[in-house]
Amino acid sequence: MRQFSQLLDGLVYTRSRNGKLDLIADYMRTAPDPDRGWTLAALTGNLDLKAVKASAIGDMIRERVDPVLFEMSRDYVGDLAETVALLWPKSEDQPAEIDDGSLTVGAIVERLSSVSRAGAPAALAAMMDHLDASGRFALLKLATGGLRVGISARLAKTGLAQAFGLDVDEVEEVWHALTPPYAALFDWAEGRGDRPDPAGTPFFRPFMLAHPLEDGTVDLADYAAEWKWDGIRVQIVGTGKDTRLYSRAGDDITGSFPEIADAFSGHAVLDGELLVKGEVQGAEAHGGSAASFNALQQRLGRKTVSAKMLGDYPAFVRLYDILLDGEEDLRALGWAERRAQLEAFMTSLDPARFDISSIIDAPDFEALGDIRAGARDAAIEGVMLKRRDSPYVAGRRTGLWYKWKRDPLTADCVMMYAQRGHGKRSSFYSDYTFGCWNAEGELLPVGKAYSGFTDEELKWLDRFVRTNTVKTFGPVREVEKTLVLEVAFDSIHQSKRHKSGLAMRFPRISRIRRDKPAAEADVIETLERMIS
Amino acid sequence: MPPTPHWIEPHPSGIYVRPADAWIDPSFPRERALVTHGHADHARGGHGHVWATRETLAIMALRYGTAEGTAVGLGETIRLGGVDIRYIPAGHVLGSAQILLEHAGERVIVTGDYKRRPDPTCAPFEVTPCDIFVTEATFGLPVFRHPDTGSEMDRLLGALHANPDRCVLVGAYALGKAQRIICELRARGHHDPIYIHGALERMCALYADFGIEMGDLRPATGIDAKEMRGAIVISPPSALNDRWSRRLPDPITAMASGWMRVRQRARQKNVELPLIISDHADWDELTSTILEVAPSETWVTHGRDDALVHWCAMRQMRAKALALVGREDEEDEDEG
Repeated sequence: MRQFSQLLDGLVYTRSRNGKLDLIADYMRTAPDPDRGWTLAALTGNLDLKAVKASAIGDMIRERVDPVLFEMSRDYVGDLAETVALLWPKSEDQPAEIDDGSLTVGAIVERLSSVSRAGAPAALAAMMDHLDASGRFALLKLATGGLRVGISARLAKTGLAQAFGLDVDEVEEVWHALTPPYAALFDWAEGRGDRPDPAGTPFFRPFMLAHPLEDGTVDLADYAAEWKWDGIRVQIVGTGKDTRLYSRAGDDITGSFPEIADAFSGHAVLDGELLVKGEVQGAEAHGGSAASFNALQQRLGRKTVSAKMLGDYPAFVRLYDILLDGEEDLRALGWAERRAQLEAFMTSLDPARFDISSIIDAPDFEALGDIRAGARDAAIEGVMLKRRDSPYVAGRRTGLWYKWKRDPLTADCVMMYAQRGHGKRSSFYSDYTFGCWNAEGELLPVGKAYSGFTDEELKWLDRFVRTNTVKTFGPVREVEKTLVLEVAFDSIHQSKRHKSGLAMRFPRISRIRRDKPAAEADVIETLERMIS
Repeated sequence: MPPTPHWIEPHPSGIYVRPADAWIDPSFPRERALVTHGHADHARGGHGHVWATRETLAIMALRYGTAEGTAVGLGETIRLGGVDIRYIPAGHVLGSAQILLEHAGERVIVTGDYKRRPDPTCAPFEVTPCDIFVTEATFGLPVFRHPDTGSEMDRLLGALHANPDRCVLVGAYALGKAQRIICELRARGHHDPIYIHGALERMCALYADFGIEMGDLRPATGIDAKEMRGAIVISPPSALNDRWSRRLPDPITAMASGWMRVRQRARQKNVELPLIISDHADWDELTSTILEVAPSETWVTHGRDDALVHWCAMRQMRAKALALVGREDEEDEDEG
């Protein structure tokens, strides 16, 4: 366990990407089986110990620590697992801060996978007594999933690849043919076994991504233009027998959108945008109607989907690309050739669930700019530019694909409440709720933002909150309604989330308007006119 | 509780001892000030007359120029306006003292800042019974439990030896922490030159004048970066991520502070090697000290006072928070 907790600490404190990769690679080379396999599962988000809920940690600590002291500590530290790890009261007969070496990652996973939900707090508590603060933190993070040590699944796989001199894309290709603790993977990596064979199993291929088009232009003779749809990017992987949906990070989201998988029985790998059907917007102008992201959000993150959900928010996929047709890998072909194959493939698909992303017909770049500026569909985020001869390559490759987002909308809002951030910002008031004026001169919340400012501005905002607090409600501070924040957002929708009946998509603080009196901030009515 | 008005009065700007007409650690210039130790949030400039230890007076003279002062030895008792005042070691930094006040049959101790761990640069904290115990609570939350100093020093030396081409830059408060780290390193047989930031030079020289032996200290400025490879460099915390540190050979950023116990605080400072070494009592020491001193009443001057007051209340012990202003701000991590 000590090796694992040291790895997590190292990942938390190491700044450079290469430094993190070195730590992961060292660990993967030296840690014993099956510990390193379970660690890899945890780092890639594939370890799901269902019996342990965050509430188990709360229950466990409340039995041992005064609830007031616990809440004060948690408010200060920010993170539940870390709070509990730090203030865990060991039994009197144990030395204070020692990892006694009796626990292994493998043994912990085995114990926690067999325990019932009711038995989880006691099982965890018994283990806590054998660990030091780092070990306790690592145990709680392992038990509840979501290590949050600032690395992605991709980085973990890259570290693994580095440890054994593999190509990370090769690891990705075999990845979904594997299950934790990945004995077959380590056998292959260390030359004891064959390459795990992903054939016949649906597995995720890394997405091709786009760079933002900053201020440049491109020649439309070389680049095709498509709309950039504001849904969630998905990969449909059909083997003929089974169909899976993967999110951008490679998570299997088939369960959240059963109607898509049910409608697809083909043998292919497709790339597209998952959207919810809209009633009115843009059907003719932009090729197929899609509702705003707000509607899609109703469907996200659900493990089971009710019939009502399926009826109220029907999903479909707007296809961008085809990676494999049957077993034939098309990724090395140019975009134009793949597009032709995709168009041909479309004829076999149910039009109620699948359509194709239309190509924007623009004579030149300038005209495209006008078309982009005129797009009013809520589900349009901007324009994609794809090099006509570009192969389908994993990740962001310079010069092949660009995204050209619409300019954001802005509004001047007044800061109303602030809360401390999480993670790196746990001592800063960095989450702000802001509002606009209604016709009666009342300030109503319209959104919440926690980004867009520089570190210097954050310090200033934090100080403002601390010196202008009028009331506190637990962790929330209400502030003097004097500070105007210019908020940028991609779109705005009707919503029950805020009293104002509005909700913003991607709100962020674009400027601090110290110069502007609060009374001159925007009114709700102005924001309502921005609803697309 | 004695009838009011009590002869000891807590004010936001300090503690006023009425019969002596003197303030303890006042945050504004006062005619008569009793000062516990030399840190800026306790020892301010501009007082008319100061009573403090010889070391504290020297530190104040270094920081604020000369001040009228009377040196009081540790263990020595003076009498001001019918109050017997004794300075007792607090174990915090060189010259730090608790102040014991006796008047009208009542004993009051003001701890200033204190710790219970051994420190080669100052005399250890002495437990003294009293009626009113006025304590700090910088680390007054049960999440703050400082590990053994030795294990933290081992981690520092381990990182140093594992990276012979880099240096380890340790952020440490200029008064107390820096000198303590140097002495702890020397005690572990590390006799290589230690490079120090310019802001530490005069304070280190002052410590040396008081007989604290720190070995070969060299300025980190004006020398070739290569010379500092494989060496320890010590700077004030504010210089860690400052342009100043760019002159160093690929530094591993360390910081010695009790705040390093909370990993997000370390991350905020971009610290790669957090060392939990503090000059303040941790939670267990704050609470066990109250039990040992066994006062009839505890006053908490600054820090996370609410948790400590709550802890006392759970044990049917009288306690109150004084909320003194100008003591370490929540975000000011320099002195930890």
